[in-house]
Amino acid sequence: MGSSGLSRFAKRFPTRLVNVGIAEQNMVGIGAGLANGGKIPFVCGAACFLTARALEQIKVDAAYSQANVKLCGMSSGLGYGPLGPTHHSIEDMAWLRAIANLTIIVPADALETAQAVRAAAAMEGPVFLRLSRTPVPDVHPPEYVFQTGSATILRPGRDVTLIANGAMVWRALAAARLLAAEGLSARVLNLSTLHPLDLKAIRDAAETTGAIVTVEEHSTRGGLGGGGLGGAVAEATATTCPVPMRILGIPGTFAPTGSTEWLLEYFGLTPEGIRDAALEVVGVKVRP
Amino acid sequence: MNIYAEPEGARTGDRLRYLARDIRRQSLTMVHRAKVGHPGGDLSAADILAALYFSALRVDPQRPTAPDRDRFIMSKGHCCCALYTTLAMRGFFPFSDLADYAQPLSPLNGHPNRTKVAGVEANTRPLGHGLPVAVGAALAAKLDGAAWRTFVLTGDGELQEGSNWEAAMAAAHFGLENLTLIVDRNRIQQGAPTETIIRLEPLAEKFRAFGWAVREIDGHDCTALSDTFAAVPFEPGRPNCVIAGTVKGKGVSFIENRAEWHHHVPTDGELAAALEELKGGLDR
Repeated sequence: MGSSGLSRFAKRFPTRLVNVGIAEQNMVGIGAGLANGGKIPFVCGAACFLTARALEQIKVDAAYSQANVKLCGMSSGLGYGPLGPTHHSIEDMAWLRAIANLTIIVPADALETAQAVRAAAAMEGPVFLRLSRTPVPDVHPPEYVFQTGSATILRPGRDVTLIANGAMVWRALAAARLLAAEGLSARVLNLSTLHPLDLKAIRDAAETTGAIVTVEEHSTRGGLGGGGLGGAVAEATATTCPVPMRILGIPGTFAPTGSTEWLLEYFGLTPEGIRDAALEVVGVKVRP
Repeated sequence: MNIYAEPEGARTGDRLRYLARDIRRQSLTMVHRAKVGHPGGDLSAADILAALYFSALRVDPQRPTAPDRDRFIMSKGHCCCALYTTLAMRGFFPFSDLADYAQPLSPLNGHPNRTKVAGVEANTRPLGHGLPVAVGAALAAKLDGAAWRTFVLTGDGELQEGSNWEAAMAAAHFGLENLTLIVDRNRIQQGAPTETIIRLEPLAEKFRAFGWAVREIDGHDCTALSDTFAAVPFEPGRPNCVIAGTVKGKGVSFIENRAEWHHHVPTDGELAAALEELKGGLDR
């Protein structure tokens, strides 16, 4: 409960918080049972433990059973910083994306998170919300409306598309501004729903801009060139409109010791790192 | 198939015994036909399922998702032939559907699926899943102050999975007297006796230590099963655990207590011999 930051919820809704202790497998099972009893449970735990420890429960009790359970992976990615690879959750998207029937949402800022939570509650069926503990600036205008399964163009562009989600989106936007200074027009696509994938938006990005850089706070291994977002985009473009890509993330390694901010810089997940990858991929693109 | 073959006016316990015998006959027939299944556990659980569905559970096959129904979760989902047969006999779907078990595109998968089969509450089979889900269901009823109850049947070897003990702690902590765990204590898991592989005893003391009200009964005594289920909650504020002492393969002499029958498929001759033993009276 402490890891999930639910103390304020507990104060406000004391009868609606079920604290199951340190027991992720049981927690997901209890969530499925609460759903069977007509509740809409939000099952919250540190993303690393919720997904790794209870993966079979997520697969069977939530996804395969089509239980109306909302899983909240807190402090995902490199959020735990110097606590190290035991607490980093950089494999979760690769694992979960392979599971059928599971909607996966990785919101980019506070506004989108709030809307994604409501959208998850409103839809029938299992949802995984990948939430961050890293502070991020707002990337959406106040009138933004989140729609499950729809990617959003946050900045128009024609030379390259930067596709990101979660805490990487504002960095992609900052990279686009750096690229503008280099005379390149970069589209920024917030792919906040990782499943179901907005294939139309991805294909349009490939066809219109001819080059793609994906940015995720996640391992780049585990799928076709990328475990989570990178792999998803690569799969989508490879079968429709193949274009050169650069897949940014954590390159199949356990992170060394360092703060979240330091680690993101170490792995090149900065506006400058994204800019450099974009310049590189634009240099090899064949489409206009 | 000789459903409801019990004599007119039979006492409840006898009626349940006839039903359990039919569950055994049909389960073996299904495993034989599909060439896949877990007959040893089907046979050990037959009396428990009969007592649940024909005595204890407040369910309406015409309204399988009624919010106020009692929930039954078959954690030992590998014994789905016994479960499917029981559900069909209780009227959740036509008995003739059972012939479709494990055939291509059949809703009757080799392990139960709630989205495809009326009466199934959870997709189970990886062991150690049923009890946590049952805890959640019982908790939902308790939060709502609702009267419906939750029953869950686990195998005994299954209790080696740690998730059960997470759930056992939670059930007692939340005071889920509306939850009843039945352990099919046939003492044989895949390959060998439970006590040889990883000892479960003293099992009743374990559950008592975890805060449960425990009763140990003969899992083939249908009257005892029926009476015990009718007696829940055993103690106010405690979840109920019924350790049902059973015989793996119960009812067929050459299957009883044979570890190899955990998932052995009967030959034509074995099926014929088994059905012969399972017809007529109830002396076994």
